[in-house]
Amino acid sequence: MTAILLEGMQILLVAFLAPLFAGLLRALRAILQNRRPAGCWQNYRDLYRLFHKESLQAEGTSWLFRFAPYGIFGAFCLAAGIIPILATGLPLAPAADVIALVGLFALARVFQVLAAMDTGTPFATLGAHREMLIAGLAEPALLAALFTASLLSRSTSLSVIVAHLEQLRFALHPSMVFAAAAFFMVLLAENARIPVDNPATHLELTMIHEAMLLEYSGRHLALMEWGAQIKLVLYVAIGIALFLPWGIVPAAEIAALPLTLLALPLKFAAAALILALVETLLAKLRLFRAPEFMATAFLLGVIGLLSFFMLGA
Amino acid sequence: MTITAQGLTWGIPLLRLLAALLLLLTFAMLAQRRLLTLIHLLAWQGMVLAAGTALVALLTGQSELWFSAALTLTLKAILIPTVLHRLLRRLQVRGDVEAVLNIPLTLLAGIALVIFAFFLAAPITALTGTVTRGMVGIALAAVLLAFLMMITRRKAISQVVGFLAIDNGLFFAATSATLGMPMVVELGVALDALIGFVILGIFFFQMRETFDSMDLQHLEQIREE
Repeated sequence: MTAILLEGMQILLVAFLAPLFAGLLRALRAILQNRRPAGCWQNYRDLYRLFHKESLQAEGTSWLFRFAPYGIFGAFCLAAGIIPILATGLPLAPAADVIALVGLFALARVFQVLAAMDTGTPFATLGAHREMLIAGLAEPALLAALFTASLLSRSTSLSVIVAHLEQLRFALHPSMVFAAAAFFMVLLAENARIPVDNPATHLELTMIHEAMLLEYSGRHLALMEWGAQIKLVLYVAIGIALFLPWGIVPAAEIAALPLTLLALPLKFAAAALILALVETLLAKLRLFRAPEFMATAFLLGVIGLLSFFMLGA
Repeated sequence: MTITAQGLTWGIPLLRLLAALLLLLTFAMLAQRRLLTLIHLLAWQGMVLAAGTALVALLTGQSELWFSAALTLTLKAILIPTVLHRLLRRLQVRGDVEAVLNIPLTLLAGIALVIFAFFLAAPITALTGTVTRGMVGIALAAVLLAFLMMITRRKAISQVVGFLAIDNGLFFAATSATLGMPMVVELGVALDALIGFVILGIFFFQMRETFDSMDLQHLEQIREE
């Protein structure tokens, strides 16, 4: 019973605090760039405004265009139930292992790309093609990083992996260093962060993620944006679960929950600070340099796998 | 050269982590386009090397290794990168590295080299019973990657960085895999690397005077008149 409650709590927390995390990241970025931030709560105001606006459908679009925002949002909410954020061994955890989880992210991406191509506008199609270019290269890197973790714990279930890593406490694993570096690069690429894509761009020619949303408005746009914010939180949560798992306890040990609830915001805040720093320090890559970036990520993932076999840890 | 049980629990994993960092830095150098960042990465590699040597000194209690760690830190992490940095400014070399192969292909070749190195080191690993046996493969991989960097780069400065990275890899193999080596050998190697470096520095200036460029392609066209 408590496990189901925890599960529900985790999904709701992720869904409703995702705009706050994205807002915090935006505010930190603004401060680091000597701009005045709009405040951490700006994303909630934006979403509220969008939900109260009329949602227009572009002429000639099919049901895919209307369905995609719900499909994407649903996929990310389901993923929020699978990833061990508050505790391991949650009821939804056996639903998908890491491979299926990556597949779930891919499903959301396919919806987004198809919906963008459905509109038939050149910019949206361009964005869709670019998204697939990045995604096709990022996915193997992500899988390689995740497999390194699953080699260590001899399981592909994220819940089991995290439980195993949590038990090891402060053991040092060289292979996980490589995996962490690879995962961080994938995180930047998949969430339209700066070396690959600029989340705040208004220039259509350089857009990747934003270009796909150009035809959306009203509540559909709100769901898309909210989905993207949840996706960012999920990636950060996977990163925390794999590389800083201390404090994520089995669902049965409810007594340790207050400590988890205390540690988690700190970890997320640290992640936001690191992301903001990276986005301030790095310049956006040319699109044709992006494959190079992803190749490096893939390579790091593979080296992680190899060094596991060489060093045995 | 015995290691205490306490050292085994945290010291060896830490040494493994440093080995992994060394490999990571070598790969970062292979992927890097900017000369300035390349030199910074070389400095970081020197730091990791010094930390590794200091750790081995701490674990085995060999006092001369402390000296060697200090020497590595001053020479490889501070002195050589600083001199390279100044050379770069004096020679006014443009920032980009000219690669013969494109970077993703070089990186893929790098993966193949790492697999080859690990495969090559596997029998050695199986033969020895020391706790640090995995390091041989990593150090060998680092050396081969530095070779690859020397092969795929055109500018003279990046070749020198590659040369120094080879030296770093060998040094790491010597200190970490075998837990230290005699002082005489170490001093000799350090001096060799330094002298090689000085000669190459002079060579840079000669080259610029003759060709007005740092591109090694020009050397292929030298003919005796």
